[in-house]
Amino acid sequence: MVSVCFYFQVHQPFRLRKYQVFDIGRNHDYFDEAKNRQIAEKVANKCYLPANRIILDLIKNTKGRFRCAYSITGVALEQFERYTPEVIESFKELAKTGCVEFLSETYYHSLSYIYSKEDFRRQVEMHKDKIKKLFSQTPTVFRNTELVFNNELANYVEGMGYKGIIAEGADHILGWRSPNFLYRAVTTKKIKVLLKNYKLSDDIAFRFSNKGWEEWPLTSEKFAQWVNSANGNGEVLNLFMDYETLGEHQWEDTGIFDFLKQLPWEILRHPDNDFVTPTEAIKRYDVRGEVDMHSFVSWADIERDLSAWIGNSMQKNALKELYQLESDVLSTGESKLIEDWRKLQTSDHFYYMCTKWFADGDVHRYFNPYDSPYDSFIAFMNILNDIVFRIRDIEPSACSGPKQKEADYNARKRAGRDYGENTAKDAGKDDDTSKYDGKDDDAGSYDSKTRAKATLSATGQGKGFLISETPSRLLAEKKR
Amino acid sequence: MKVLMFGWEFPPFNMGGLGTACHGLTKGLCNQDIDVTFVLPKVVGNADITSSHVNLIVAENINIRSLKLRAVDSPICEYVDSASYSDAVRNCLEQSGKTSQGSVYGKNLFEEVRRFAEKCRLIAMHEDFDVIHAHDWMTYWAGKKAKEATGKPLVVHIHATEFDRTGDHPNQLIYDIEREGFHAADKIIAVSNLTRNRVIQHYGVHPDKVTVVHNAVEFTTPPPDAIKNDDKVVLFLGRITIQKGPEYFLHAAKKVLEVDDSVKFVVAGSGDMEPYIVELAANLGISRNVLFTGFLRGSDIDRAYRMASLYVMPSVSEPFGITPLEAMRNNTPCLISKNSGVSEVVSHCLKADFWDIDMMSNMMLATLNYKTLHQSLQENGKREVYSFNWNEPAAKCVSVYRDVLNRHYNNR
Repeated sequence: MVSVCFYFQVHQPFRLRKYQVFDIGRNHDYFDEAKNRQIAEKVANKCYLPANRIILDLIKNTKGRFRCAYSITGVALEQFERYTPEVIESFKELAKTGCVEFLSETYYHSLSYIYSKEDFRRQVEMHKDKIKKLFSQTPTVFRNTELVFNNELANYVEGMGYKGIIAEGADHILGWRSPNFLYRAVTTKKIKVLLKNYKLSDDIAFRFSNKGWEEWPLTSEKFAQWVNSANGNGEVLNLFMDYETLGEHQWEDTGIFDFLKQLPWEILRHPDNDFVTPTEAIKRYDVRGEVDMHSFVSWADIERDLSAWIGNSMQKNALKELYQLESDVLSTGESKLIEDWRKLQTSDHFYYMCTKWFADGDVHRYFNPYDSPYDSFIAFMNILNDIVFRIRDIEPSACSGPKQKEADYNARKRAGRDYGENTAKDAGKDDDTSKYDGKDDDAGSYDSKTRAKATLSATGQGKGFLISETPSRLLAEKKR
Repeated sequence: MKVLMFGWEFPPFNMGGLGTACHGLTKGLCNQDIDVTFVLPKVVGNADITSSHVNLIVAENINIRSLKLRAVDSPICEYVDSASYSDAVRNCLEQSGKTSQGSVYGKNLFEEVRRFAEKCRLIAMHEDFDVIHAHDWMTYWAGKKAKEATGKPLVVHIHATEFDRTGDHPNQLIYDIEREGFHAADKIIAVSNLTRNRVIQHYGVHPDKVTVVHNAVEFTTPPPDAIKNDDKVVLFLGRITIQKGPEYFLHAAKKVLEVDDSVKFVVAGSGDMEPYIVELAANLGISRNVLFTGFLRGSDIDRAYRMASLYVMPSVSEPFGITPLEAMRNNTPCLISKNSGVSEVVSHCLKADFWDIDMMSNMMLATLNYKTLHQSLQENGKREVYSFNWNEPAAKCVSVYRDVLNRHYNNR
């Protein structure tokens, strides 16, 4: 008996625009709206919509014998809602079939587990809520950003109540053992680990259209044969890949959609085969071995480690500084600022800073908005400096209580509407503005002070304003 | 295979990138077992002209009875690269009032170019070789004459077009010579895609005829010791001419100084735009932070790079541009114009459009303030620059030679 378990990763980051030093303190708009819209629309038409259609047809035509799982990041869902609502609708339709499982992950596709377990937990909760709201499902299987995984993480995620977790079936972990069974991490009691069969997954994801590959062209019959050959020495065959493989990384003219349409029928031809979702696999199969992953493993590059995101000093500095700001950002209580800070956590921003194969002309990522890793670092650090500017602008004094802060915040907004063009723009965009209006009586006493502040920020940086590669220190110095 | 090569300068008698490139290329060719005879007009003083890897002929020293030499009073006292030549000629033009260009040129530079061509024709008739290879317009007549006299195939190499040198205001006579050279050639080698496109676009040359061979750079000596320096220094190093974009440098400097007035901007070089640029600095109110060093040579150049936190090459048009590689070798991060040949082959530097003052000043401020950026550019840049060598471009030249030779003999 072989059960095939498909899980597709759906993700689009909020790409940053080329934010300049001169924007600091003047413009708090970090994201490249036009580019994000354009990419969302393009990928929706090339991949998400046609692929969802095919999956839906397969589920219906096989009477539910074909089933699969998705993990869709919160930032991708947000962009679909904003730019291509029809994609949300088509996923909702899939959810209604009962044959599609949605996995759990961080809302922002972040590396927060490594830097802040508290924010990691919050982002996972946010994502869970979003999935529940849209698809009426509560996920029970967790997948971390880029399949970043180790013993400690498995233990932590088990503590959060999950039944299963997804990881890369990397050779240096498994050795001679097969990924086609369920495993248990040595640090956990019950949570089951599903390991990606990277060979068969990558045959579709990376090699499908490679004419230099000896197995090209890959037909559904051939692939089904490979699946059958696991019969007897495997129980669950995990095919995990980016959803964008279908139609975007492998274009329609490679025949990828025809392959997808036929594959389930070819696999189901063998009476011992079937399809499962991760939760079904966990229910049906027992753990057959232990894995001991002390250091972090991911599904990226040949190294299967964190070096694509935390490999060079720019990436390390940017990540460190970003998370140093956590308590300062959260204590402002300003939702827009917190949201922006979290969107900066999306792992893609650090992937763009990767210099590993840059000199060989290797394009490290589809849709990379930058010409070079240096450009992406500059934009990112400038934005962090602006985040600090905003924190300083909001905090009238380091010791003010939450109520006073809120009052200050509202007063500032009103002042901003009167005087500061940029502040006014921000306030106008913020949905929360209206509910505070008119109910804050003690705001008036701060008015003159905050007015002055707003004017200052409206005139911009002024001579001698600081930009720093350790912006968090600017805040610490101020408090001292 | 034997190559007869015509050049205008050869180290140590060079003032520009052309001589350096010719030296590197011939060295690379030597490694490919190609015999190169290199002809150049003359050398200054009594310097030792023996070069280890090429057979160097100095046209001036050749006495051939059949050639009558005319004495000319030339404004050029030193063998400089083509662009400085035109600068000098332009100065000469200005001094002599607005006379017609033709007559002034005819009196000096063109006369000299023609005389060199005549000598090269005679040299070609006495030398044993398979292919002629001519570098830049000053030697194109020489190449053409040699081809006419011997029937051997001609490859012309373009390091900079007249459009690059003049900011799209070409001198008609120079343009005509370039065009003549391109059309007389069996094959053209351009130093970058940028230059190749110009040749196709402006000179009516068929794209198939132009091959790109990027320049390289070879550093055999270890880089000089670092100079410890906490000042924020941004360096411009190059001729102060329209081609190199010095005014964009100053406008970007102005924006940087509005944020951080502790930054020093150093302009190293000389050129026809110098008075204008000095005045521009004053008009922008940034004279206090802009230092002019004049023309630098030898170890002073290395020292200038090493003192700088960032080297900027804001060229309006740079067919190749070797200076960023020199800066990287000296551990200095670079910000270069996208409109340059070197940006086609170098990854570990910052790149911007020369006209995008905001982006350039943004990048300057970032490099001066974000230490990890500065360090990453230094480390990766140094590794990258030491990976360059002339063997690859030389091998590409050899395949161009083979190509023209094949066609040459098939057509006979």
